[in-house]
Amino acid sequence: MRSGLTVSRTFVYLFLAAVTFVCLVPFYSMMITSTHANADIASKLLLWPGAELANNYERLTEAVNIWRGFANTVFISVTATALNVYFAALAGYGFSKYRFRYRGGLFLFVLGTMMIPGQLGIIGFYKVMNMMNLLDTYWPLLLMSLYNAFGIFLMRQFADASIPDEIIESGRIDGCGELQIFHRLVLPLMGPAIATLAIFSFIGKWNDFLTPMIILFDNDKQTLPVMIASVKSQFSSDFGAQYVGIVISVVPLLVFFSVMSRKIISGVAAGAVKG
Amino acid sequence: MRPVHSKIDKSFYGYFFIAPFFIGFAVVGLAPILYTFYLSLTKWDGFSDPVYVGAANYTRLLHDSFFYQTIGSTLVIWVMSIVPQLILALALALILNERFVKGKHFFRAIFYFPHIVTPVTLGVLFSLMFDWQTGSINKMLESIGLIHDPINWFNNPWWSRIIVASVICWQYFGFNMIVFIAGLQSISSEVYEAAAVDGATKGTIIRKITLPLLRPVFLFTFITSVIGGLQLFDAPLMLGDGPGNSTRTMIMYLYETAFKNFDYSYGSAIAYGIFIVVMFFTAITARASRLKD
Repeated sequence: MRSGLTVSRTFVYLFLAAVTFVCLVPFYSMMITSTHANADIASKLLLWPGAELANNYERLTEAVNIWRGFANTVFISVTATALNVYFAALAGYGFSKYRFRYRGGLFLFVLGTMMIPGQLGIIGFYKVMNMMNLLDTYWPLLLMSLYNAFGIFLMRQFADASIPDEIIESGRIDGCGELQIFHRLVLPLMGPAIATLAIFSFIGKWNDFLTPMIILFDNDKQTLPVMIASVKSQFSSDFGAQYVGIVISVVPLLVFFSVMSRKIISGVAAGAVKG
Repeated sequence: MRPVHSKIDKSFYGYFFIAPFFIGFAVVGLAPILYTFYLSLTKWDGFSDPVYVGAANYTRLLHDSFFYQTIGSTLVIWVMSIVPQLILALALALILNERFVKGKHFFRAIFYFPHIVTPVTLGVLFSLMFDWQTGSINKMLESIGLIHDPINWFNNPWWSRIIVASVICWQYFGFNMIVFIAGLQSISSEVYEAAAVDGATKGTIIRKITLPLLRPVFLFTFITSVIGGLQLFDAPLMLGDGPGNSTRTMIMYLYETAFKNFDYSYGSAIAYGIFIVVMFFTAITARASRLKD
């Protein structure tokens, strides 16, 4: 009896180890391969680090300004996340605490926009941005973060549960305006919901590909995912340089994730249960 | 009687708080969607003015064998990725929900990590790893003696589809696992205790209690994955169209038509075609899951 239990537990751990292996091997292989010369990459199975990282890196950065793309992506992701979180909190709070007419219907409408597939309007989006003279600028990417139905839903849930009406009343008695109440009293209390939404929004913006690819033309304005895609076609036979590009795209996420993993995973779980 | 616009009643201010959403939606959501529909009724090359042609683009779409092929490829890739993905996610969720397993957070974090990596990057990474002559997968299979000659993965339609599906599966199983664990943890422990008192075995508990109670979460995941899975784009684009366009997804066809061949008006018709296909399969899934109740 006892030994049967041990055997099944061993199998469980072996299974977990196997899945862990499959999850990590591509990343390990990517880092190892990025340190070898093209001739070795093409001919051998590489298991240990080599000495060619600097050369691969140099060939990549000579042709592609990858750190510029990195900086652009940081700028867009941070700005869009800030806008996204702020306006989601604003609308979520509005839906939660003000009993205006058609509130229920308007909220259903907000939820309904989540059902629309993202690519339905992409051609019209390109054309409308063209008419507004916003092509090859970051405005379209930032404008898109104004509307985020999931964020509003999350913020409303949080405000319903954790923002007491008394705080708002006391703010009014002290003579604060409505927006002032939101900024000074409510926003600081929404911290946990803001953190969860900010993580989702940041990852989404960081990985965004189709929209920047069609909206931006200037190479110096391009984002990291689009640059990685162009590295693939530009360096079609220079594997070392391609691998270095991939490493530059993955490692920052790896660091970000290892610091924030608890927060991210509990955020995903919370978001999924609410959705 | 209370006056309608008393100074105390601040309800009206709510409209200011929610206005930015509706303005944003009107400009970057609704207007583009309506404009796309208008374009789908025209002939437009991007330079001269659009010319109204009625339903011509839609008639062309109905007879477009490439479009049907992309629907088929997308569905095949989706099915091949979703089935192992959900089974794996469920198995891992059940295991990581066990009390005896050590290092729960470590495993959860490792399994979830592929989900946050940029899909484009994953596409490039796997296209390099599965490269016929230089990829590490063939090198590894050769060195452990499983194969003698390198396999030309992307020259074979089924290998290509399996690779695309595996990448999608690899990327999403961790996310679904987290969702399932959240679902498992919402099941009250009293139910389990009652079953244990009645002398139920582990297998019986899982079959008779855990899985039925997990059904709503399972269906939620399934339906959202229909919407997401039919819109596959980033990673498959990097892995290529495959031999005979066997791994070209619907959104890839939309992108190639509109932004590579600059046929914006036909691309718009494809966008609406995809919309109908997605709605159709979402409705079928939702319907099928309700019928089983």
